[in-house]
Amino acid sequence: MDPQTPLLWVLRDNLQLTGTRYGCGKGLCGSCTVHMDGVPVRACQLPLSATEGRGITTIEGLSEHGDHPLQNAWREHQVPQCGFCQAGQVMSAAALLEQNPKPTDKDIDAAMSGNICRCGTYQRIRAAIHTAAAADKGEDKEGQR
Amino acid sequence: MRTAATSKTWNRRDFLKALAAGGGVLIATCTDSNGAVFTGRDKLDPASWVLHDFLWLAPSGLVTILAHRSEMGTGIRTALPMVVADEMEADWEQVAIKQAIGDSRYGDQNTDGSNSIRGNFERMRRLGAAARDVLERAAAAVWEVEASSCKANSHQVVHAESGRSLDFGKLVEVAMELKPKGKNAIKKRLKDRKDWRYIGIGVGGYDMDAIVDGSAIFGGDIRLPNMLFASIERSPVLGGEIAKYDKDAALAVPGVEQVIELPCVTEEPYLFQALGGIAVLARDNWSAMQGRAALNPSWKTGAVNASYDSPSYNQAMMDSVRKPGTKTMGRGDIKAGLDNAAQRIDAEYTIPLLAHACMETPTATARVTEAGCEVWSPTQNPQAVQDTVAQTLGLSKKAVTAHVTLLGGGFGRKSKPDYTAEAALLARETGRPVQVLWTRADDLQHDYYHAVSAQRMEAGLDEQGMPVAWLQRAAYPSIGSTFSPGSVGPAGFELGMGFHNMPVAAAAMRTETGLAKSHVRIGWLRSVANIQHAFAVSSFADEIAAAGKSDPYQAWTKMLIGKKTSGPSKHIQRLLNVSEAAANAGEWGRKLPRGRGLGFAAHHSFDAYIAVVVEVEISKSGQLRVPRVDIAADVGTVVHPDRVHAQMEGSVNFGLSQALFGELTAAKGVIEQTNFDGFRLLRFHEAPPQINVHLTDSDGTPTGVGEPGVPPIAPALCNAIYAAIGKRVRDLPVDRHDLSWT
Repeated sequence: MDPQTPLLWVLRDNLQLTGTRYGCGKGLCGSCTVHMDGVPVRACQLPLSATEGRGITTIEGLSEHGDHPLQNAWREHQVPQCGFCQAGQVMSAAALLEQNPKPTDKDIDAAMSGNICRCGTYQRIRAAIHTAAAADKGEDKEGQR
Repeated sequence: MRTAATSKTWNRRDFLKALAAGGGVLIATCTDSNGAVFTGRDKLDPASWVLHDFLWLAPSGLVTILAHRSEMGTGIRTALPMVVADEMEADWEQVAIKQAIGDSRYGDQNTDGSNSIRGNFERMRRLGAAARDVLERAAAAVWEVEASSCKANSHQVVHAESGRSLDFGKLVEVAMELKPKGKNAIKKRLKDRKDWRYIGIGVGGYDMDAIVDGSAIFGGDIRLPNMLFASIERSPVLGGEIAKYDKDAALAVPGVEQVIELPCVTEEPYLFQALGGIAVLARDNWSAMQGRAALNPSWKTGAVNASYDSPSYNQAMMDSVRKPGTKTMGRGDIKAGLDNAAQRIDAEYTIPLLAHACMETPTATARVTEAGCEVWSPTQNPQAVQDTVAQTLGLSKKAVTAHVTLLGGGFGRKSKPDYTAEAALLARETGRPVQVLWTRADDLQHDYYHAVSAQRMEAGLDEQGMPVAWLQRAAYPSIGSTFSPGSVGPAGFELGMGFHNMPVAAAAMRTETGLAKSHVRIGWLRSVANIQHAFAVSSFADEIAAAGKSDPYQAWTKMLIGKKTSGPSKHIQRLLNVSEAAANAGEWGRKLPRGRGLGFAAHHSFDAYIAVVVEVEISKSGQLRVPRVDIAADVGTVVHPDRVHAQMEGSVNFGLSQALFGELTAAKGVIEQTNFDGFRLLRFHEAPPQINVHLTDSDGTPTGVGEPGVPPIAPALCNAIYAAIGKRVRDLPVDRHDLSWT
C-alpha cells in the first residue's frame, strides 16, 4: 500500500470502517474527522505514513455500545437530519470535551467551525454538546473521572 | 421550452409527465401504479401476513412497514411508517422499517417537491386502518363476537365486554383468511384525531442509533465482492468530447485496473443520462483518483457552451429584463398605473448560479448479471433510476433492481440519476460490480444547477405608498432546458412558484419573462424558483415600504389585503396569520441601535405559509452576524412536530448559506469553483445561535415542509441589512458587498 494514501481511504476501502466519510478531500468539511492520539485530524489529509505508531480512533471506536455522552446527547436532541456529516461532528465534539469538559459557546464555535453540515443542524449540535458536558460534570461529582 | 402563461401551479411531476407525454421524451413519469399488490400469506416468509405488499405482521408480533420514500434528512422514512403504526394501533417499539426498492406498485416514489406527506398522509392512514380493521375482524372471528365490539389498542385486540385480549401476533393466521376493506369503507374507519398516539406527537428517528455510531449505510458504504472503484473525468464544458488522454499513465498507477471511455453526450437535452468521459477503475478510491489525475485529458468542446462566461452572460440576462419581454400574466392597465402613480420605484435583483453541494457527493454501485442490473444508490427517485438504467443498458425496466440507501443530503440533486447510469455502464463494461464516487470538484462542476437569475421590478405607488401598479420581469435558464432542446427562458411551472402567484394585491399587474439559454444542466434545488421569486418580491415589498416611509411589516399586510372590502381570502389570511406570528415572536418593532436591524419576509410555497424575522448585527467594519431568526409556519396538520422544527431550522441555515455565500461562476464554460473554499457554505460559528420556530395550530391538510422555509430567508436577511445600515443588497451573495458604516 502506498504510504501516501490518505488514512480516509485506508479506513473506508481497506478496513471497511465506513463511518468516516468523504466530503471534500481537502480538509475543508470535517466529515472525515478521526482522533490521532486524542487530537482531531482530517483523515483525508493524513497520509498513512504519518499514522505509524499512533493511536487512531474512529466513530466506530468512540464507545463500545454507541453510548458516549455525546452520542446519547445527539439522540436526546435528535441532532441528525441526513446524518452524513454527523460522525465527523461527534468526533470533533468528543475531542473538544476531552480537552475542555465545560466549553463555552465561543469554545464550541472554535472547535466546530471546521465541520460543515449542509442540512443545518448547528443549533442542535451546540445544544447537544452542552448537554453532554453537563452529563460529564455529573460523573465528576461521583468521582468517576 | 417556452410555455404559455398558465395560472395553474405546476409541480415537477406534472412537468415531467407533460414532457414525457408531449415531447416523446422517455423519462421518469412516476405515475401512481395500479400494478397488483398482494395481500395474504407472504410468499417469502409464509409465517407472516402481508397487506398490500406494504405491511407485514409476523407471529412474534413484529410489524414491518415499507418506507417507499427516500430518507435524505427530512425524517420521512420514520414519519410515514409512524402514521401507519398510529392508525394500526401498533406499538412503535414493535415496528421495523424496510426500505422499498424502486417499483411502480408502491406508487410515486419521487421524494421531491415536498410531496411525501402531502401525497401519502391519507394513504398511509388508510393502510394502517385497513390493517387494524382486519385484525379486529380476525379477533372477532376467533371469539365469535361482533367485530364492532373488538377494538385494537396498543398491539392487541381487546374485547371489553368479556375482558379478553389477543396480541396482534396471535392473529396472523386468521388475518390471512380475511379480505381487507376497500378505500371508501376504510375512510370511515380512520381514527379520530384526538385518538392519535404518534401523529402530531412524533417518535425518535429510526436511523438515529446507526447515524451516531457510524454504522448507517449511505451510498458509498456499499461493498460488494470483487468490486471496482471508479473515478470519472468528464468534459469540463457541457457537451464536450474526448480529444485525447494518457491511458498508459493512468494504468501505470498502482491499484488501477482499467481505463474505460464512456460515450459523451454532446447535445441537449441532457436528461438524466450519464455525461460520459474517461473512467479510471481501481481496487480502491484513492488509486482511482490518482490514476485519473494522470490522464492529462484534452477535450473538443462546442463553441456555444465554451462561450459561457458569467459576467457577460449575467449582463445579457439583465439587459433582457430591462426591456419589455414576453407577457405571461396581467391584469388592469399597467402603463396607466405606472404613469399616473404618485410615486414610482424600481429595483433589480440577481442571484448567482447555485449548487446543491450535498455533503455526500453523487455515488452509486451497480452489478450487471444475465438477469439484469442491480444498483444501490442514494436516490430520491428509485423509479427514475430504473428507467434511466434500463434505457442506458437497453434493458426492460423490470430487469433493473434499484435499491435505496440513506442519502447524505438530497435537496433535489439526487432525483437525477445520471450517476447511477454511470455505475451501470461501467459494471456492464467490466463484468464486475462497480462503485462510482464523484469528487467534490465533480459535484460542483457538473451539477444540475439552480439557475442564475435576473429580475426587474417596477411599481407605481398611491398617496399612501401602496402599490397600484406592479410590473415584474424575470430571466433565468429553465429547468426545461435539461429535458427539451430550445428552451430560452422561464417555464410556466417555474413562474407558478411565487411569480405569477405572488400575493400583493395591486390593481394593475403585469409579469414578463426575458431570454436566458442554459449552458449547464439546470435542475431543481430545494424550493426551486421560489428562491429568486421570493427574493425579488419580498425585497421589493420592503423597498416600497421604505419609499412610502412605512413600517415594512405593516406595509406588507396592507399590500396583501389591498382595497378589498370583503376581507382577505382564506389563502391570504393564512399568510397574514404567519406574518403576525413571526412579527410577534420576533418582537418586531423593537428599537435597535444603528448596526442592528430586523428584516421581515413571508412566502407561500408547497402549500405552506412561512414568515420570518431575521435580526442582523453589523460591525462598523462590515462584519455581519445573525444573532436570531424567528420563523413562523402554517404547515397544516403537523404530523411529526420535531422534524417540522428541524426542517425549519435547516431551512434557515440553508437560506442563510445561499444568501450570504452562494455563488458559482463560469469562465469559458467551466465552473470555477471546485470545493468549499470556492463555494462557501454556512459554518458553525456563522449560524444564528438562536432559531425560534413557531408552528401555528392547524387541522388543515398537511402541506410540504422540507422546502418552503427556504425562500423567505434571503429577502428577510437583506431587509434586515437595510434596517441596520441603510444599504440595499439586491445582488446576492451578501459577502460580495462592503457592509462597513460610520
